[in-house]
Parts: sequence; C-alpha cells; structure tokens
Amino acid sequence: MTQGTAKDVAANAAPPLDAFRDPALARSLIDTIHALAGGHAINLMEVCGTHTVSIGRYGFRSVMPDGLRLLSGPGCPVCVTANQDIDHAIALARVPGAIIATFGDMMRVPGSTSSLAAEKAAGRDVRMVYSPLDALSLAHDNPGSEVIFMGVGFETTTPTIAAAILEAQAQSLRNFSVFCAHKTTPPALRAIAGDPHTHIDGFILPGHVSTITGIEPYRFLVDEFRIPGVITGFEPVDVLEGIAVLVNMVERDEPAIQNAYRRGVDTKGNAVARALVNQVFEPCDAIWRGLGPIPQSGLRIRDDFAAFDATRRFEVEVEQTVEPQGCRCGDVLRGRIAPTQCPLFGRKCAPEDPVGPCMVSSEGSCAAYYRYRA
Amino acid sequence: MGIQAETVQLGHGSGGQMMKRIIDEVFLEAFGSPELLAGNDAGVAELSPSATIGTSPSTREPATHDDTTAQARLAMSTDSFVVTPQFFPGGDIGRLAICGTVNDVATSGARPLYLSCGFILEEGYPLADLRRICQSMAVTAREADVRIITGDTKVVERGKADGVYINTAGVGIVPAGVNLSGSNCLPGDLVLVSGTLGDHGIAVMSQREGLTFSTPIESDAAPLNHLIADVLAAAPHTRCFRDPTRGGLASTLNEFAQASSVLIAVDEEAIPVKPAVRGACGMLGYDVLQVANEGKMVAVVPAEEAEAALAAMRASRYGENAAIIGEIAALPDGSSQPASTTGSVRVRTPWGSTRILDMLVGEQLPRIC
Repeated sequence: MTQGTAKDVAANAAPPLDAFRDPALARSLIDTIHALAGGHAINLMEVCGTHTVSIGRYGFRSVMPDGLRLLSGPGCPVCVTANQDIDHAIALARVPGAIIATFGDMMRVPGSTSSLAAEKAAGRDVRMVYSPLDALSLAHDNPGSEVIFMGVGFETTTPTIAAAILEAQAQSLRNFSVFCAHKTTPPALRAIAGDPHTHIDGFILPGHVSTITGIEPYRFLVDEFRIPGVITGFEPVDVLEGIAVLVNMVERDEPAIQNAYRRGVDTKGNAVARALVNQVFEPCDAIWRGLGPIPQSGLRIRDDFAAFDATRRFEVEVEQTVEPQGCRCGDVLRGRIAPTQCPLFGRKCAPEDPVGPCMVSSEGSCAAYYRYRA
Repeated sequence: MGIQAETVQLGHGSGGQMMKRIIDEVFLEAFGSPELLAGNDAGVAELSPSATIGTSPSTREPATHDDTTAQARLAMSTDSFVVTPQFFPGGDIGRLAICGTVNDVATSGARPLYLSCGFILEEGYPLADLRRICQSMAVTAREADVRIITGDTKVVERGKADGVYINTAGVGIVPAGVNLSGSNCLPGDLVLVSGTLGDHGIAVMSQREGLTFSTPIESDAAPLNHLIADVLAAAPHTRCFRDPTRGGLASTLNEFAQASSVLIAVDEEAIPVKPAVRGACGMLGYDVLQVANEGKMVAVVPAEEAEAALAAMRASRYGENAAIIGEIAALPDGSSQPASTTGSVRVRTPWGSTRILDMLVGEQLPRIC
C-alpha cells in the first residue's frame, strides 16, 4: 500500500478547527440568520453532497427560520452517475480477468438489474479503493489481471485520476485503465439556474471543488441569472456563516459570488491541478441522472491516452437501461422536491435496500435526509 | 426485496441493520432459543437446566429470568476474529480474540472464567507470527484472569483463508441476584461510556490503508471484566452493559432502545472522542458514533447511582475518560412499542438542534475484528 504524502494527516490539524465548531458562535449565527431572513421564503441550494451531510449531521434544518429552505443539489458524484454508466461498469466487471477498483459508495448503487456489490458477491473481482493510486498498486501487484478504475467525481477527484493515468504511462503499465464518468460542476449549475421549474435564490457553492476551480467559473450565476453564491467550508460555523452571507445578499438584492472559505480556497483555484486535468482529459457531453444530457459537462480521456480508456479498450455489451420505477432521484437532484416528497422514501427505498442512488451514497441527499431525520 | 438480498454481502457482518436482519431472518429463525432471543451479547442460562431444553420452537417463550436470579447462572458467549492486518497499533488479533469474548461474557454481569480457542490457519502462515499471536493471547488472558482450557486447530489450503482466523468461546458465572439485560432500561436512567470512541476502527483502518497520522491512533482493545465488576460494586442497580464493537455506539443505543421500548438522547459534546480520531472520521466521512471499539463499555445506570458508577469507571485501568453522555426517556403518550425500529435514539448538538442516530447501514469498515 502506498505511504504517500497525500495520505498524511497532521494531528494538529484538529485543534485550530475547534473555532469552527464553537457552539456560542454557531448559536449567534443562527440568530443572525433568523434576523436577516425575517420569515421570507428563501430557497438555498447546497451544491455539494458533503454540505448535505454536514447540514443533516448538524441538524441545521431544524433550526432554520420558517420559509428558509435548504435544498440539495447535484453534488453527489455517485448520485448523478447515469444508470447506463453503472450498467457499463457492471459489464466491465464481467470481463474475464478484470479487477474493478472503485470508491466504496459506487459499489452498492443499483444499475438496471445488478450492482457492483452484487457482482462482487457473485464472484467478480471488485475492490474498494480510497485513491486511484491504490488502483495503480493493484495493477502492479496483479500483472495477470486487467485493473479497471471506475472514476466518478467532480473537479476535486479528476486531478488524482489524471495523475494516476500519467503515472501509469510513465511506468508503462499495460494492465491499467479508467472508466471515466467524471463531470464538471458549472454546467450543472447552469442547468439548474435556467430550469423554469426550480427556483433557487442562492447557491452554497462547493468548498472542495472550488479549491481547484477558484471563483471565476461561478460568475455567470450573477451575470446571467442574478443569483448569489457563497463558497464555504464544512464545519458548523462555516456552513452557518455561508447561509448568513447568502441570506444577506438575497435580502439586499445584491448578488455576488463570495468566498467564505479562504482558509481552503484560493480565489484563483489550483492552476497546476487544472493543467493536469487538461493534459489528460477533454470536455465532452455527458448524461446526468436527473438533469439529463448537459453539453460539455463531462470529461473524456484524450486520444493520446486512449490505451488507458476502458471504454475503448474493452468491447462489452451493456444491458438495456431500465430506470427504477417510481424513483424521483432526478427531481431531488434538481431541487424540485425534497427527498421526503418522493413516494418511495423510507418505504420501498431505504439505505439498507435502496432503489435510487441518492439513497445509496453516504453523500446522497435521500440518505442524508433518512439518516438525520430531525 | 432488491438485488442486494440474494447472497451474503460484506454488509451482513457490519454490526448494523443488515447484520441484524441476517441474524433475525436466518439464525434466530433456525435456532431461536429463549436465551438467544433475549438478544444480549452473552447467553445466560440456568446452571441446572430444567425441562425447557428441547422445547419445540413453536412453544418457546421469551426469557423471563426474574424468578431464577436467586441462584447463580451460567453465561456463555462466542466470537470469531478475522481482522486484517493481524497486527495493528495498540493490539493484534490475539488480544482481540481474548478481549472480545471476555467482554461479551462480562456484560451479563458474569465473572468470566474459562475460554476455548479454535484456530483456522492458512497453509504457509509464518509460525513466528502464530507464536506472537498466542503470546499476546496468553498475556491478555492473564490480565483478564481467565484460562484457556480447550482448543482446536484446522489448516486450509493456501488461498482458502487469509492467514489466521480465531474463534473463542467463554463461560462465566453470573452471581445470584444479578440480572443485566438491554431490556432493563427505564426512563430517567443515565447512559455512560467508559472512554473515547472510535479508536479501534480508525487504528485498524489506518494501518490497513496506509494512512499516517502525526499522533498515532492506537486500538483500545482491552479486557473490561474488572471495570464491569467495579461498576457493579459501586452501582448495584446498573441495568445493563454492552461493548460497542461493530456498529459502534449507534448500534448499542438502538439495541437498548428497542429492547427496552424507550427513547435515548445523548449530548454530542459529552461524548469523548480523541481529536485525531475525529479528524480521521471527518476526512473519511465516517460517523464516529458508528465506528467500532474493542475496549469500551456502555452502561445504563439509575440516575442516583450514576456518579458512583462514573467514579468507579474513572478509577479503573481502562476508564479514565469515562463520561455520562445522555439519558433514557419514556416513549411519547405511554405507548409501549416504538412506532418504528428507527428514530428512538437522538443526538443533541451544542447549538440546540437534534438529529436521529441510526444504526449503520451496509458496510463501513470490513474485517476490523
């Protein structure tokens, strides 16, 4: 197993964070939000799945003023992965001699008729990894097998996939490839901002993604739609401060993109990581669960690296896509309904036996609503 | 039922809801003795069995021991250990194999006395490692004051197991008058934990996945029979103990709430967690309250005895960070059964909100014990 610096965690990273968990500060921010919102109807959307979990875990919905709604957006990578992509990964798992490596959440997501976890139980080789570099080690250690990494995620994860592909090329690894279902955030925000059936007054913008993108890619929200956004972190005080800043902008009708996560996000983002991604990937049209096809919202592996592209390397027959009956993950991901408004929620669909992906991923809005019901 | 249900999956061993279902629907369905149906970590039975043994499943009754506690009873438990890696910061599979069974027997209030151990070894496993594991078992057994009095050895072909698996079983004697059970919790009782949560799960996980921390996180694996005896002496009306292993505190409290038909509320701020463990959980997306422990005890104690129980825990070798973390409350409007199997345990945050604490769903960290 790699002992990389990327996995090193400074123990003294914990104490300074305590300020962002300060109960007195949190309570005063809650009071501020109440004073600012004044009972008006305000729809805020948290774009990032980690924010959805934070809001649930901290129980914030139960302390928000009447009329202020926190809606979950399309920021859970597992949830927005189209059914046909899951089916494609399952087909790859059935390639003789293949080892599928993926993040844990991906395992249990139901495709049309199976899931990677079910394939694993049926004897296919499916491994959970924490980093694509772990998949590289797997390829090293299993020269007789084909290691296929199933890559999902947004701007935060793609640089690590790009790095893994470059490393595989440098090592002349011939048994490593990537099934790429990666997506970019701004085109999805554009789709939601322009959706006539969804009314969003402000976006809580993703903290991690913004460390890579910086602030620029969100400007169109203000310029074209007059919707404010705030980049914020994931501790209780971070989230509450983000909400307060947003509500203030909404109430004053002074939309802007603000960065309330300066300890993590440089306004310019991370140019090195973006260059790495551009070297290996190019934009392509992609299908999002719930949002449908969005132009130039996906990433595909450039021709120079075609040898590492699992879709070009393995001809597989992907089964006919069957969408789960009655599942409204799509409407949840657009902010049209809250998870609890789906007729399957908590009845036919629960984390233990999920129907839709939003109930599977720990970052999925349905799972977060289910787990942290107030 | 969906596609998840056709075969055994790793989540069935997670200590959470999937495991509860496989136990209820497969094992209890086949074996359901009154002792098993009591749902505690150790089965407790009469020392001189009456005619109840051999009663057909259709006529079996739930265990009611109230009339039998006048006499000492037998407590028995068993546990299998498949942890990988076998050596990790703060412990190894051998220490776990002793502590796990000793603690399960002790939660019944019994004094653990004798253990068995069965080894399943993979062809090619280094004898030096096996000796090291057995040394560790011997040291831990001495510490717990128990003896290993029988055992078994099996060897399987290379590739048919992963190094070494260990099963231990243990027996002990529950003194007359002691009747602990997860179904004993009453409104007004307080909930205690004997120390920081999440250490074991995160220590094994970090070792396995090559995560490194500037402050090493060590497993808390420890025999807690002496701690339990001390608490029982100080707080004789203690309702129950349980060691929050797989599934963590979340599973333990939900099991208590269901068994006793009560609500449980805990204060997030009061729950002891090491900063490094909190940091690791934050980074990995785990709820520390669902992460496994191997050297911690949860106790439910009547309010008037809680301070004495806390003092006894803190004075004990493995209890210096013990804390009172919450209390038991009655179900609303006097109903005797929870409306659902979820939602009866709540966490209060420091800023005045609350959230439900559910049992773990699916797998979190496979093969940590």
